Amino acid sequence: MMQKWTPAGILLLWLGMVIMAPWLDLQPDHIELSRILAPPGNAAWLGYDDLGRPLLDRLVAGAGTSLFVALWVVVISASIGTVVGAISAYAGGVWDHLIVRIIDIFLAFPGILLAIAMASLMGPGIDNVIIALSTVGWVGFARLARAQVLSIKQRLHVTATVSLGVGHAAIIRRHVLPLAWAPLIVEASFAVAGVVIAEAGLSFLGLGVQPPEASWGSIIRDGTRYMLVAPHMVLVPGIALMLVVLAVDLLGDQLRDWADVRSRRMG
Amino acid sequence: MGTSKNPLKPRWRRWKWAQNAHVLRVHSAFSPIYALPSRLDRIFRSTHMLRFILARLFSAALVVMGVSVLVFMLIHLVPGDPVEVMLGESAQPADRAALRHALGLDQPVPVQLYHYFNGLLHFDLGNSLHSQRPIVELMLERLPATLELALAALLVAVVIALPLGVLSAVRKDTAWDHSARVVSLMGISIPHFWLGPLLILVFSLWLGWLPVSGRDGLASLVLPALTLGTALAAILSRMLRATLLETLNEDYIRTARAKGLSETAVILHHTLRNALLPVVTVLGLQLGALLGGAIITEMVFSWPGIGQLTIEAIHRRDYPVVQACILLVSVTYVAVNTLTDLAYAGLDPRVRLRERG
Repeated sequence: MMQKWTPAGILLLWLGMVIMAPWLDLQPDHIELSRILAPPGNAAWLGYDDLGRPLLDRLVAGAGTSLFVALWVVVISASIGTVVGAISAYAGGVWDHLIVRIIDIFLAFPGILLAIAMASLMGPGIDNVIIALSTVGWVGFARLARAQVLSIKQRLHVTATVSLGVGHAAIIRRHVLPLAWAPLIVEASFAVAGVVIAEAGLSFLGLGVQPPEASWGSIIRDGTRYMLVAPHMVLVPGIALMLVVLAVDLLGDQLRDWADVRSRRMG
Repeated sequence: MGTSKNPLKPRWRRWKWAQNAHVLRVHSAFSPIYALPSRLDRIFRSTHMLRFILARLFSAALVVMGVSVLVFMLIHLVPGDPVEVMLGESAQPADRAALRHALGLDQPVPVQLYHYFNGLLHFDLGNSLHSQRPIVELMLERLPATLELALAALLVAVVIALPLGVLSAVRKDTAWDHSARVVSLMGISIPHFWLGPLLILVFSLWLGWLPVSGRDGLASLVLPALTLGTALAAILSRMLRATLLETLNEDYIRTARAKGLSETAVILHHTLRNALLPVVTVLGLQLGALLGGAIITEMVFSWPGIGQLTIEAIHRRDYPVVQACILLVSVTYVAVNTLTDLAYAGLDPRVRLRERG
């Protein structure tokens, strides 16, 4: 039972932190010079950073950044990817070949390399991070949606709707995509984990949000310079990051198992 | 001519014993030496395989071309004028024009594209804007460090993943299995840019065992390789556990046990060999993530490789160097993937069986 609910609990905490932030009277940009790099204590539960700002407040602000980026990137890349992949598989022929080639080209960029390149060329900033990560992210969804639609369009009910004279758009929307959702949602949940890490990575490289905005990645980067005197600056955001990613991954696993069982029952 | 049956037939007979041997000993994937001549022979002579190799190489070439074009286009996506960024806003128009000319940005895009590809074919990627040195030279200086790091990380990953995966599969659902799975799950969830500083904190600052950064002897390689290899180790051990469990259910494993082989022999000779093949493929595919992660790892440890060159170039707005580094890493990735695919097709008995039909 513990195992089952822990990931959901961590995610709820993450969401809750972001939603409740406006009511919590946080001061992520408030500087107290006398408390620079102070360790966790009564005044601030998680201590202060290198400029004397309370780390807990910055952690909550960073949670907002990563959630904002993750949601936008996953929504954008899932929409674009699903549409492109579905059209590619449904249309077939030359279009399919062309789109598969384009997907191959995007997949040839390892890891977040393309995002790093794009973010560096566009300059730092949260919008640019979202654009860069979506440019990289749609490919996975496109590939998955294509594979799903390829198999679904062979089914009898699709042939039946075609012979009934239903339009292509309606067939895709009402008879193909509803059957393709489950794996796409699982993919989306794993994508959230990937985007959270990628956003923090870009911020770590100085390509993400700009100071004084907070991001878990930039807190870690600032912390690496003061590791010996103030290890809490590296440990705190890192643990938060790892817990969130771990929770999202575990939840993705649970979702996948759940989707599997259902599809098996539906036979 | 490709499908004519006659030339194949005598060779079928000639190597029949080898074929049967592979049916009997399914683990011939990592081949007993006697089957190797027949295998190479068949791979290179069979038109099916040749066609497959050519098609794969052709598509790899297409992808490399697409990647090059995309990398070329990146500089045109930059909002604002890179020349202005480099020289500052107060630069004289004449200086701007000179730099624009030096970069070739004053020419029409198709002409730029032609020069770009012409340069690529001659291994000429232009000069760095910062140091004015040829970019190829800069990259060749840094390449050994990155290769060293990538290979070490690969080694770390395999050395950790093999025992972890085997332990987890053999002792399925025990405490061993659970802890191994928790470890690998954590390995997947820890980003490089956190694991790196964490390892530095523990092993360099607190314990003082290893150097903090730089590239100076074997000791300085340990932490970067661990940082880069951990995620891969986690992925590999999960994959290995899954394929091992699948393989352990095969009939021939039951046969091996029934004929009285020790459990060690069953695992080592009959299960692991078969389970390793898909794992090796994943290893090839994951190399891309490794190369991407190397950028961040190199930055954390001041490791003087391609990744650090990229980051330095990004901070100096030295676009040609950024482009060249991205191109190099992506092309390497495509090459490795293609080789993995070909090797897999060559090694997997099922590909050879398929061509019989």
